[in-house]
Amino acid sequence: MAKLIIPTPLRKYANNTAFFETDSFTVDQAVEALTTEYPELKTHLIDNNGKVRSFIKVFVGDDDIKALDGIDTELNENDVVSIVPAIAGGVQALYEQIKKWH
Amino acid sequence: MTEQNSKILILESEPDILMRKHSIEDFPNESCGFMYGYETETERIITIARPVINSKEGDQKRRFEISPFDYMKAEAFALQKNLTLLGVYHSHPQHPAIASVHDLKSAMPFFSYVIYSVMNAKIDDVKSWQLKDNGEEFYEEEVRLTILNTVNKIQTT
Repeated sequence: MAKLIIPTPLRKYANNTAFFETDSFTVDQAVEALTTEYPELKTHLIDNNGKVRSFIKVFVGDDDIKALDGIDTELNENDVVSIVPAIAGGVQALYEQIKKWH
Repeated sequence: MTEQNSKILILESEPDILMRKHSIEDFPNESCGFMYGYETETERIITIARPVINSKEGDQKRRFEISPFDYMKAEAFALQKNLTLLGVYHSHPQHPAIASVHDLKSAMPFFSYVIYSVMNAKIDDVKSWQLKDNGEEFYEEEVRLTILNTVNKIQTT
């Protein structure tokens, strides 16, 4: 069975579990199975168009599924699927900050 | 600005020193890394910080980004050490430790976002932010430092 690693910040929507095992044949099916098991995860992973949210990446092993077959990437026995949130940010220009404060 | 019933963020001195040093060393660029620890009913305690490379292409004085590979390593480290990945730290060079709209754009629930303000290569302030349940804004977490007596020492080394 393939194993999904649920990222720490989303585990509170998945009964605080880190792993989800599935016999799904594709990433798409695996994500569907995951969000069926833990419905609260859905809004954090899937957008209104039914696609994986833009700030979430999915890796099978060390490969970004974008470099494979995307959401249709096939899963093999013992594949590890990582759900990876984007981590980014930075300073706000001071004039933007001042505008926000007023 | 602090959310009612939120936990107090305790920064133990070792990770705090490391994050301060990293923020000063990378100045005038933004530094970044992960924080690990554990939680009680009332506190979130940061026991380990691990710096990562700011992988942002372009202006690192105003932006930071952490690569997906570093993120996956961070999750693996937490599992291996039986710790919780509690959040992300980064620095704001020449800017206040206020979470920005850029910080908000990709903020995740649960994580503490600790920001070190670095002014003229010295730590000026530290604040921590967490995404509200509505996912649309941050609230400020109460931060407790255990480092106070050693801050000046670090800044002069």
